[in-house]
Amino acid sequence: MEILVCVKRVPDSAENEIEMNAEGNDIERDDLVFSVNEWDNYAVEEAIQIVDNVGGTVTVVTVGDDESDEVLRREMAMGAAKGILLTDDAFEGSDCKGVATILKGCVDKGNYDLIFTGAQADEGAGAVGGMLAAMMDYPYASLVNKIEAGDGKLTIGREIEGGNQEMNEIDLPCVLSIQTGINEPRYVGIRGIRQVSGVEIPELGAADLGLDAAAVGEAGAKVKKVDYFVPESGDGAEMLEGSNDQIIEKLIEILKANGGLQ
Amino acid sequence: MEHLISPAHSMILGFIPGWLISFLYVVVGVGLFAYIIAKRLAPLVKAAPDNSRFANIPARLKNIAVVWLGQIKQPRYMFAGVLHMMIFFGFLTLALRTCSLVVIGMFPDFALPGLAADQPVGAVYNVLKDYAATIVFFACLVAAIRRGVFKPARYAVPKELGHDHTAEAVFVCCIIMGLMVTESLFEAVLVAAGHDAFLPPLTLAWAFAHLFAGAPHGLLQVLHIVSYYCHDTLFFFFLCFLPMGKHFHVITSLFNVAFMRVQRGNIKPMVYGITAEGLDDLKSFGVKKIEDFTWKHMLDFYTCADCGRCSDQCPANLVGRPLSPRFITIKARDLMFKNYPLRGEMKKSEPLIGSIFTAEEIWSCTTCGACEQECPLGIEYIDKIVDLRRGLVDEGEVPQTLQKPLKALGKRGNPWGKVEKKRADWAKDKEFAAECNVKIVENGDTSDTLYFVDSITSYDDRMINIARCTSKILDTVQEDFCILGKQEKDSGNEVVRFGEEMLFQQLKSENIDAINESGAKKVVTSDPHAYNALKNDYPELELPVEHISEVIVKKVKDGTLKLKSVEDPTKVYTYHDPCYLGRHNGLYEAPRNAMTAIPGLKLVEMEKNRDRALCCSGGGLNLFYEPEENERMAVLRVQMAHDAGANVIVCACPFCMVNMEDAIKVAGLDDQLEAIELTELIEQHMEK
Repeated sequence: MEILVCVKRVPDSAENEIEMNAEGNDIERDDLVFSVNEWDNYAVEEAIQIVDNVGGTVTVVTVGDDESDEVLRREMAMGAAKGILLTDDAFEGSDCKGVATILKGCVDKGNYDLIFTGAQADEGAGAVGGMLAAMMDYPYASLVNKIEAGDGKLTIGREIEGGNQEMNEIDLPCVLSIQTGINEPRYVGIRGIRQVSGVEIPELGAADLGLDAAAVGEAGAKVKKVDYFVPESGDGAEMLEGSNDQIIEKLIEILKANGGLQ
Repeated sequence: MEHLISPAHSMILGFIPGWLISFLYVVVGVGLFAYIIAKRLAPLVKAAPDNSRFANIPARLKNIAVVWLGQIKQPRYMFAGVLHMMIFFGFLTLALRTCSLVVIGMFPDFALPGLAADQPVGAVYNVLKDYAATIVFFACLVAAIRRGVFKPARYAVPKELGHDHTAEAVFVCCIIMGLMVTESLFEAVLVAAGHDAFLPPLTLAWAFAHLFAGAPHGLLQVLHIVSYYCHDTLFFFFLCFLPMGKHFHVITSLFNVAFMRVQRGNIKPMVYGITAEGLDDLKSFGVKKIEDFTWKHMLDFYTCADCGRCSDQCPANLVGRPLSPRFITIKARDLMFKNYPLRGEMKKSEPLIGSIFTAEEIWSCTTCGACEQECPLGIEYIDKIVDLRRGLVDEGEVPQTLQKPLKALGKRGNPWGKVEKKRADWAKDKEFAAECNVKIVENGDTSDTLYFVDSITSYDDRMINIARCTSKILDTVQEDFCILGKQEKDSGNEVVRFGEEMLFQQLKSENIDAINESGAKKVVTSDPHAYNALKNDYPELELPVEHISEVIVKKVKDGTLKLKSVEDPTKVYTYHDPCYLGRHNGLYEAPRNAMTAIPGLKLVEMEKNRDRALCCSGGGLNLFYEPEENERMAVLRVQMAHDAGANVIVCACPFCMVNMEDAIKVAGLDDQLEAIELTELIEQHMEK
């Protein structure tokens, strides 16, 4: 099975202290450390496990700049065989639809049976996977947390509201957005990354992908970010007082009143 | 009275000369033994190299004298230890007698040079060996009863870990008793038959001689020959039986002790003799299959006597984690026996994790070193665990909870992913800075002494107080010092023990560069983990490294540091030895002396102290690991402090502090016990 996994380089929320920039329309990015989007990591691990079972290759692709090379190499150190970097000045400022258009250009150039994206990335829209599927006219499933490979189709599980599980059959080729928890991604150390440091990663621009530069990037973006702020904090916590038993009683009341206990 | 015919001159079954039988015994016995040993050596030939074992000969000779011959570790378990020493010294004494007995079967008048009965040394030896045989006999009898009837819990084998070893232990005790009886009987009947020889009173031989005094000559003759060949049979059987199991140590212990670890605190390199550049070219990291172990580590597996002391002291085993060091060894030995059989083809190696070991077992170790401290045979565990972890890391099999701190260490140089520029924030707090101005290398400051703070003491809201107290102490004793600030990275003590070698190499080289560039001539630490890493795992760092307790003791002695009387005389203090100060670096007294330098301070010791101190579970990134366990080590530890009558437990390590402060709450001892760090205690009592 040929699997393409779309990954993204994002600021690492665990290792950064996020602050707003002076203009107030973005976060301060100078002193940030970046890594691969957490959901993408699960997607790559899942792809590797499928290929280990049924054969095929895993390719990782990202839309980004020179620095995005590091996340491709990290995922290749995990076990992805190939990496593709989609980079062009014209891509800058793309909205979700723009990114999906660029990825479609890449999918068209390959022969993939299965395409993964993470369920969402740093911007939280979770839209690229669905858009890509629509553009390709492929079936799509989101928030996938279980995959069994079959002949010409997959059996997939989706996590739905209230912790319930849904099972579906989906025809190949298809696009799936992968939820965390689907597996336990393997560890990648410095050594693994060094071992793939010499592997060549092809870089493709708008022309290589046969894209109209006006359809992507800032020029093609129909969604623009206009503001970015940290919400004001609320009134703070309510401290329950009294003896342990009284506190427990009050807590149960509050939980019941708010639907936390039935 | 007519003398008995010796085995050599006798005719076995009436027509085979005894000397020929004796000769065949030697040929077959020695031949079989040589064959078995050659087979046992086969895996060692395929093992990873380790030339460090041939260096530092004086220390190795000392270990032979003290650990092997001196049996120094044995009395740590008094009853079993003394029994063992009786058998050990008895065996050493009887070795000469056994050699001559084998020859006597062919040449009846043979005696080793100087040891003939009519020579003074020989006469003394004959007395000694008769007592030795008697002592060994009774020691084995007691040992057999102890193992077979009383069955101490230490030797139990959990069902999932294979069969019980009691039968083998009792069987071997019986063989040894048989050897002693036949040896004594062989000699005793000579005397009973009128041979002129002195039998020391109250020995087995003396008792047999009395028993058979006046017995018919024919019976004595039969007993003489039968006891000889029984002894010969038992001896060669025993010799060839030794390499089949836990009694292999009778043969291997001398070598294992000679090659045991002589340096403390450090972790073995990925491969002995490898350079940093060479690491990149290695195909595989760590131990994945049995042949990836070094030959010494294989010798360890052979040498284990299954005494169970390691697991009895292991804190992971104590709290019910899935690790028992004893079975790390036993399972590996069983595998070596299976894969390298005495007869038939060698078997292909399977990955160790998933076959004989589990990943959880390997991650459960805190690297506290209690097992190695206890082993009477110099068997190592930490290096093996680290090698197995290196293999797991290389395969990407790292528990999810540990991946985050590792990634953060790689990106930010500390396991919490805090930003580098805030590493010295503890020193910049206005109130503290007014009291104590800490120089920071990143600001262009220099000084002869560098205080290496390390991650937890730099960033943890609670532990930064240790950094502040340490600074105040250094300031008070007029030690001009600076810190590295954002140039400091985690010391990597936990990282190397976690098996992430490349990350450790990166942290180490960044730290060494920063320390060297700072121009410091000495490093002081307050964190035992940093102390250990800088001292033992940074061979390229040429500066002396001191723990703050050593500085305190020195400065109290020379009068620079004056301490006032203990603030609250109702407080009873106890000291918890951190593994990386105590066991790994032998610093037991300095922290205690620092405490007792406070006039009026009452110090009591816990049941487990100094080299038997119980680990708090903070080592080897265990602060971030969620193991399966029934209870927490630190909870047991604070209960021990409480039982000792203490109401203050003094730690000299930030990791211990985290665990003890937590454990006091978990154990519900909030009102009865408090934890304080050594530098905090000293700072409270400083005359400023």
